Amino acid sequence: MMATVKLSFSPAPVHVRTARLVGVAVARRAGVREDLLDEVRLAIGEACTRAVALHRQYGLADPVLVEMSDNGAYSVRVVDRAPIEAGIGLAALPPDELAKESLSEDALTTGVGFALLAGFVEDLQVRPVEEGVGTEVRMVWPVGRS
Amino acid sequence: MELSLATRAVGEHTVLEVGGEVDVYTAPRLRERLLELIDGGARRVVVDLGRVDFLDSTGLGVLVGALKRLRSAGGSFALVCDKEPLLKIFRITALDQVFPLHPTVDAAISADPTGAGA
Repeated sequence: MMATVKLSFSPAPVHVRTARLVGVAVARRAGVREDLLDEVRLAIGEACTRAVALHRQYGLADPVLVEMSDNGAYSVRVVDRAPIEAGIGLAALPPDELAKESLSEDALTTGVGFALLAGFVEDLQVRPVEEGVGTEVRMVWPVGRS
Repeated sequence: MELSLATRAVGEHTVLEVGGEVDVYTAPRLRERLLELIDGGARRVVVDLGRVDFLDSTGLGVLVGALKRLRSAGGSFALVCDKEPLLKIFRITALDQVFPLHPTVDAAISADPTGAGA
């Protein structure tokens, strides 16, 4: 039977840890392999950090939504409500760019965050939400049970 | 686990021991401490990540910021890390090519190209 857990939180950094903890607890319950849980924790954290940063940048008080479901695989959607053009893009930065004086800490953090998402999540999609304004980051992990 | 920060001097080096979770919520405290150290005159800084159990992009951004600040002040900055999950984060982001990474504090100090190795 498909199980769903939804978490909606005010866009404040302090709640990102809560989202990570819930995300990992649901992953474990869904049967995601133990050795993948560190990656699940990091990826959910990065997706939520990105959403919180966008909401703060655009002065949006709307909550960030995290939806976890177990439907033969473990999938997590992190949904923000920021204008779409802001949400997508910025590929991983090469090492010589990373060390450049001119690169701001925020730009570096965003680039590194995407590199971590892309590096740790095999099945990753970043796309506009179906209704309204915003972007969803969708991540899927296999579950270990038969 | 909450962020913990402890500073000690080893010869001319300042070693900042970081523990717990470095994330979007706690990274500003790490940034503040590093700035205090650098503004207070520390020029050879080693950050020991040995007791860190979570590190995200925000924490990495703070570490890169300290590295740049020290380099432009003619100082040095190195990281101590021997945990595979953390090392993987540095490899995936290519930051393993930006930071001097060492398995122990002693190794970080003796490899410091600005000299004054213990």
